[in-house]
Amino acid sequence: MAINATQKITLKLVIAAIGMFVFAVFLMPPLYDVFCELTGIGGKTAGQYQGEAVTVDAEREIKIQFVATNNGAMPWDFSPLTYQVRVHPGEKTAVEFYARNPTARDMVAQAIPNVTPNNAAEFFHKTECFCFNKQPLKAGEETNMGLVFIVDPELPASVTTITLSYTLFDVTEETKPAVATTN
Amino acid sequence: MAHGPAKGIGRWLFATNHKDIGTMYLWFSFAMFLLGGSFAMIIRAELFAPGMQLVKPEFFNQMTTMHGLVMVFGAIMPSFVGLANWMIPLQIGAPDMALPRMNNLSFWILPFGFALLASTLFMEGGAPNFGWTFYAPLSTTYAPDTVNFFIFGVHIIGASSIMGSINIIATVLNLRAPGMTMMKLPLFVWTWLITAFLLVAVMPVLAGVVTMMLMDINFGTSFFDAAGGGDPVLFQHIFWFFGHPEVYIIILPAFGVVSAIIPTFSRKPLFGYSSMVYATSAIAFLSFIVWAHHMFTTGMPIAGELYFMYATMLIAVPTGVKVFNWITTMFKGSLSFETPMLFAIAFVILFTFGGFTGLMLAVAPADIQYHDSYFVVGHFHYVMVAGAVFSMTAAIYYWLPKWSGKMYDETMGKVQFWIAFIGFNIAFIPQHFLGLAGMPRRYADYALQFTDWNMVSSIGAFMYGAAQLMFLYNVIYTIVAGKPTSEEKTWEGAEGLEWTLPTPAPFHTFSTPPEVK
Repeated sequence: MAINATQKITLKLVIAAIGMFVFAVFLMPPLYDVFCELTGIGGKTAGQYQGEAVTVDAEREIKIQFVATNNGAMPWDFSPLTYQVRVHPGEKTAVEFYARNPTARDMVAQAIPNVTPNNAAEFFHKTECFCFNKQPLKAGEETNMGLVFIVDPELPASVTTITLSYTLFDVTEETKPAVATTN
Repeated sequence: MAHGPAKGIGRWLFATNHKDIGTMYLWFSFAMFLLGGSFAMIIRAELFAPGMQLVKPEFFNQMTTMHGLVMVFGAIMPSFVGLANWMIPLQIGAPDMALPRMNNLSFWILPFGFALLASTLFMEGGAPNFGWTFYAPLSTTYAPDTVNFFIFGVHIIGASSIMGSINIIATVLNLRAPGMTMMKLPLFVWTWLITAFLLVAVMPVLAGVVTMMLMDINFGTSFFDAAGGGDPVLFQHIFWFFGHPEVYIIILPAFGVVSAIIPTFSRKPLFGYSSMVYATSAIAFLSFIVWAHHMFTTGMPIAGELYFMYATMLIAVPTGVKVFNWITTMFKGSLSFETPMLFAIAFVILFTFGGFTGLMLAVAPADIQYHDSYFVVGHFHYVMVAGAVFSMTAAIYYWLPKWSGKMYDETMGKVQFWIAFIGFNIAFIPQHFLGLAGMPRRYADYALQFTDWNMVSSIGAFMYGAAQLMFLYNVIYTIVAGKPTSEEKTWEGAEGLEWTLPTPAPFHTFSTPPEVK
């Protein structure tokens, strides 16, 4: 009888332990993302902006800085053509990034954006962005990639500079079967 | 085989007896304690004077990391598991642990876990150097290749802890003697039961977080890499979701030990037994909802800072209940000050001090100054060392006569206590001053104005280290040449089932369950 009770509690505890492992690895990261999205912290920007046109606030001027980084062993040349612009909130602005594949093989890349400071992320709207799609480049090919954005006039008054950073990932292996886009 | 211990090495390799396994846990953890202590001695020797004296900064970083890992996972946790193995069956009137073979496994994988971890010291790239909290991306993108050994070591250590806890829960819930109701359990059993539940809940989270690191490093995921859509702050959330309950895992069994020793030497029953049980449960619950107070400087929203600040301060209430209960137990008691009692009283005083500095750190706006300074180092050594290690030392002196049938030398015990007590305070009080003056933790060098207090701290640390060698000598001396004792009750005021057994405790005890009235 004691054996049964012991087996029962052991089984329950083992299940609980496995459950906590699953919780940590598979639930905590997505929950964290949802939390960051709801509260607007974390610096992740939303997808393509569909919002209505807003009036331009000519009184304010925001400095936008662009940073381009290669992830790990990504061999592409990747840089912004404009490193810094000054914009008025509500104004639609277009900039371009340069990318070149110096290798001898065809590759596909994906850029991941991040906005600093965190509380500016939800006020930085992209109407067009190369980060919405994967970017294929043949061996030796180069391209200019476009970004069109609007800074929301609701941007907190404390923010005067926004840094938009892109990190370029090599997704050649992953793109072979299906093409899914991330933002 | 049926009636006594097996002969030779097989007795230990194939041990299923809770006393043998408990003994192995205790000796193993003491070996780890000396190893981690020797790392601490290297740290304090280097910090004795400004500038680089003995070691390279890279090696210094490995020492701070390994000191923390070995002390937390190798010394403190296994020592209390060893104590649980020895004492829980004796205190609840059980013949052994509920799962003796798993008990053997959970002990014997530990040396392999630590062999993996310690072997990195001799590898190219060196041991883990990212701090015992192993924050990403320092522990992922910028880690030495040996980080994989660290990860698998943590997996093994975690598995051992989970198995040990399952065993303890099964034992306490199923193997109590007739009449031993839950509210009659000695407090050490209660605190360990709650600790075991905490372990089952959070050790898998630790295993999860190192698994995510493993994936990020070797399999191209981006859990903690902002560039790939992940977030390094997520690492801190998951780590501290494990890490905060972990500090209570370390301290709750110590509460149990002190709750056994203080009544014995006060010759009064423990004041407020049931409030102690509820306070322990409350602390365990609160430990799950305060983790981000370790992260006040990560740029949390103000609402988050306020919540975690107030929730953390709330823990002072059940902890205060316990401290007042211990003091009230001593109040108007017939006190005597044998070595275990000295360590237990020092525990109450110094742990309370560490609790107060914890409250200071809980104040979010103030924490931004204290964060990652030596003030934090001072704070957590007051709760970990003067808390967990002092109570463990008290426990060894308290129960060693029952285990070995030999009495330790009271004078040598007291000498060790005073050297440890004075050395400890000389080592760690100055670290609070250093931290408040702005000295950051985890650096191999410091600005000149910090020299004096660092010298004082190092001298105290060497004293405290010497006291541990004395402790080792005292224990071996007791076992080899101590005065034999066969009194069932080593201590006049001791209560509980373990004191109804013959001394030394025979290999098999409570084969017939005792009747508890």
